[in-house]
Amino acid sequence: MLNIIVVGNGMVGYKFCEKFVEKSEAKDFKITVFGEEPRPAYDRVHLSEFFENQDAKALEMAPAAWYDDKGINLVVGERVADINRTSKTITTVKDRVFSYDYLVLATGSSPFVPPIKGVEKEGVFVYRTIEDLEGMLAYAAKLKTEKPDARAAVLGGGLLGLEAGKAVMDMGLEPHIVEFASKLMPRQLDSRSSQVLQLKLESIGLNIHLSKATNQILGDKAITGMEFGEDDILDVDMLVVSAGIRPRDELGKNCGLEVGVRGGIVVNNKMQTSDENIYAIGEIALYSQMIYGLVAPGYDMASVAVDQIVGKTESLMPDDIDMSTKLKLIGVDVASFGEPFMPAAKGHSVIFENKTQHLYKRINVSLDGKSLLGGILVGDASDYNMLHQVYLNGMAIPEDPSQLILPASEGGSSFGSVLDLPDIAQVCSCESVSKGDICCSITEGESNNLGDVVTKTKATTGCGGCKPMVVDLVNETLKSLGKEVKETICEHFDFSRQELYDLIKINKVPDYQEALNLFGEGHGCETCKPLVASIFATVTMETANKQPAIQDTNDRFLANIQRNGTYSVVPRVPGGEITPDQLMTIGAVAKKYDLYTKITGGQRIDLFGAQVHELPLIWKELIDAGFESGHAYGKSLRTVKSCVGSTWCRYGMHESVTFAIDIEKRYRGLRSPHKFKGGVSGCIRECAEARGKDFGLIAVEGGWNLYVCGNGGATPKHAVLLAEQLDDETVVKYLDRFLMYYIRTAGPLVRTAPWLDKLDGGLNYLKQVVIEDSLGIADDLEQEMKGLINKYECEWKQAIENPEMMKRFKHFVNSDDTDDNLKFVPMREQKMPKAWS
Amino acid sequence: MENILEQYKSVTENEVSTWFEVGVTANFPENSGACIKYKTKQVAVYNFTRTGKWYATQNLCPHKMEMVLSLGMIGDKDNIPKVACPMHKKNFSLEDGSNLGGEDLKIATYPVKIENGNVYIGFTD
Repeated sequence: MLNIIVVGNGMVGYKFCEKFVEKSEAKDFKITVFGEEPRPAYDRVHLSEFFENQDAKALEMAPAAWYDDKGINLVVGERVADINRTSKTITTVKDRVFSYDYLVLATGSSPFVPPIKGVEKEGVFVYRTIEDLEGMLAYAAKLKTEKPDARAAVLGGGLLGLEAGKAVMDMGLEPHIVEFASKLMPRQLDSRSSQVLQLKLESIGLNIHLSKATNQILGDKAITGMEFGEDDILDVDMLVVSAGIRPRDELGKNCGLEVGVRGGIVVNNKMQTSDENIYAIGEIALYSQMIYGLVAPGYDMASVAVDQIVGKTESLMPDDIDMSTKLKLIGVDVASFGEPFMPAAKGHSVIFENKTQHLYKRINVSLDGKSLLGGILVGDASDYNMLHQVYLNGMAIPEDPSQLILPASEGGSSFGSVLDLPDIAQVCSCESVSKGDICCSITEGESNNLGDVVTKTKATTGCGGCKPMVVDLVNETLKSLGKEVKETICEHFDFSRQELYDLIKINKVPDYQEALNLFGEGHGCETCKPLVASIFATVTMETANKQPAIQDTNDRFLANIQRNGTYSVVPRVPGGEITPDQLMTIGAVAKKYDLYTKITGGQRIDLFGAQVHELPLIWKELIDAGFESGHAYGKSLRTVKSCVGSTWCRYGMHESVTFAIDIEKRYRGLRSPHKFKGGVSGCIRECAEARGKDFGLIAVEGGWNLYVCGNGGATPKHAVLLAEQLDDETVVKYLDRFLMYYIRTAGPLVRTAPWLDKLDGGLNYLKQVVIEDSLGIADDLEQEMKGLINKYECEWKQAIENPEMMKRFKHFVNSDDTDDNLKFVPMREQKMPKAWS
Repeated sequence: MENILEQYKSVTENEVSTWFEVGVTANFPENSGACIKYKTKQVAVYNFTRTGKWYATQNLCPHKMEMVLSLGMIGDKDNIPKVACPMHKKNFSLEDGSNLGGEDLKIATYPVKIENGNVYIGFTD
């Protein structure tokens, strides 16, 4: 048994362990890993996500139990202090001594803090570990109580600096980026792309200061500002230093390993240091006189070191390391590959720039116009994977290379099939998976679908950037084998949603169990059950009370389940119009049941913290006062938002509130493949944000303009114009047709915008169906919608009037006790759930 | 807060010292879960009417420590009966309590027996 000691438990140190234990030779080795941080290795690349959920566990590369399972001895919170190369031992800070046969140094780097006067002041942080972030969070929280408009600066406008900028923005501080160079991301971007990025970042609220050399940090004890020159001062209350990294090579230096002039432990292409029993990988390794601060080369180094130790000596680090990178920075795509900056002597550049859309694309092409040498993409990096492959594999490019980056509408064309790539093309660089690996896995029968391919090859499990390409490869390969690629619902129903919809409707299937008996297999799951529930709701307008067992938990209890297992209650407030008496009723109910209240984005009021047994009591009171279910829990119509319109507004053209109320009442309770929302604005000022909805109406001279298929959320999209200057009656007719057509044909959980994206023929086709009735189904659609509207009833009223249906609103079957695990803590004169951890 | 999780340990049929009666079968919704109380424990009971099988597990989802598993949708995956937590759709096997997504989460399972139309859950305490 040989001992391997890994010093450092970061991403690369972890990857070494992961790759090692996969080897059959691993049984002859015992691995001990030392990490100085108090927790096992975590994903530093996605560190800024910690601010969103503060869930350190979610970032873990693997839980502590994984190391146990694999027979790895993981020692956290204990730094290795010394290496003795003669006795082949290491000593930790706790004076414990361990001996090794092979030593792997993966100590990574530390943030570089420039020697600026005053940099030791309170409120100055670095951005590297979860502890750094926790320190920043605590400080920001304290700042905000003292000063609501507190500002934070980030020193350094590189990749990490901009991530840190997002972090401080998320903390609610006014963010400022201070960069010494004259552009952002000076290592990756040329000056024009950097300007485009700057415009985009400024548009979302980041303040950017370029060409600023910081002379000193101001303040007595804590930081109050940064001084760049005389009379050039930026007042800030917090500073995050992100001015580059320095390899943590002290250990190597002290035991006499060869190090570079500016730091880093020198390694050969076997990742061996000047001592053949000591390897160095990741950000401390100085390879070809370079430190590589990206995770993909670090993983490759880990792989090579593993191979070398188990005796696969032919595995070597390549001479040229690909530094191409694609990332999403504060929601902006940024990518660079190959040679992003290229001297004019070496080739020609083709540049597409559109500052109004914050788009920049540049490709560098060889002088003979035959090969792609590199490029930069800002704002839209969807072509990155393919361009990167073309570059890596020296593939032929079109005679007019501008086609590679021009938008399709401008004559640009996308590439041929992904199957044209050579087999050696590396598709997933994190896990080193080639196109050949993916395709062979399918052609040799090992995999039958995307899930199998991911499990077998590990492709997409790193950064996930290659996912679209892997999906295409899997689908194309399956097609080339003559296998049908079909979007089936799940393992229980081998049909698409639309097929199952038709089957249930034509065969007059009474319920889910019968549908499963007739057309499915097994016993169902959380994918097919709510989907079939939605189909039944459309075919027969049945409420969620009829088959509660197949409803999503929200629909089953006709309320939205929240953080601690309590529910929230949202009565319908059509068009957002509410009387003082109704407001008082809601207030009285909220007070009586001690509910947290908040105004929603859809112009109504949400009451949080109700226990399941309280729901019927609360609804009884609301219904008695004239309210009805708001269906906030359902995949159904949510609200039709309105502005005050010509009733009160001096600019209003039509009565937007009245029309919004009519429409909301028309489609209330209508179940659909996903939730949908509407908006009605009384003039083009568009105060109801109708173009951010699935359907939107804007009053114009001569009627309403009807927009469809917009949404907010994670992928915001403006609704597009379907028809202009319509009267009320025509609006309703088109809406009936449009909604019913969507409900019939959309896939499960597909909102109107992605549905339209995938619709063959797009908006023009939709216009033909809805306006010109090209399919001859307009009457059907209208009749079907009319049927559903006539059958509407409030499902909460239905539930509280039926003792059998009421049975389910109880926490325990065998006791009238309530859940005693619920704990609340006070917050701003109301309450919130107590966090478990 | 860890102790809340510690009181849930899987029980096999041989180990049962108390068969606790939790009511008649008709009280348990078909093809769904429901929650029962035993001393300080909350246990989710699942009634697979389609197969006539019954299962029981802790009601606590170990992912975010919420008392919610009885509210989850039940069904099967590759023929293993399972429940999907309503919070984040973590899937657990009702046979051995393991996480079907391969994550390091596990829930305790309890034996169920039906006698004379009554439902009993087996405990060791």
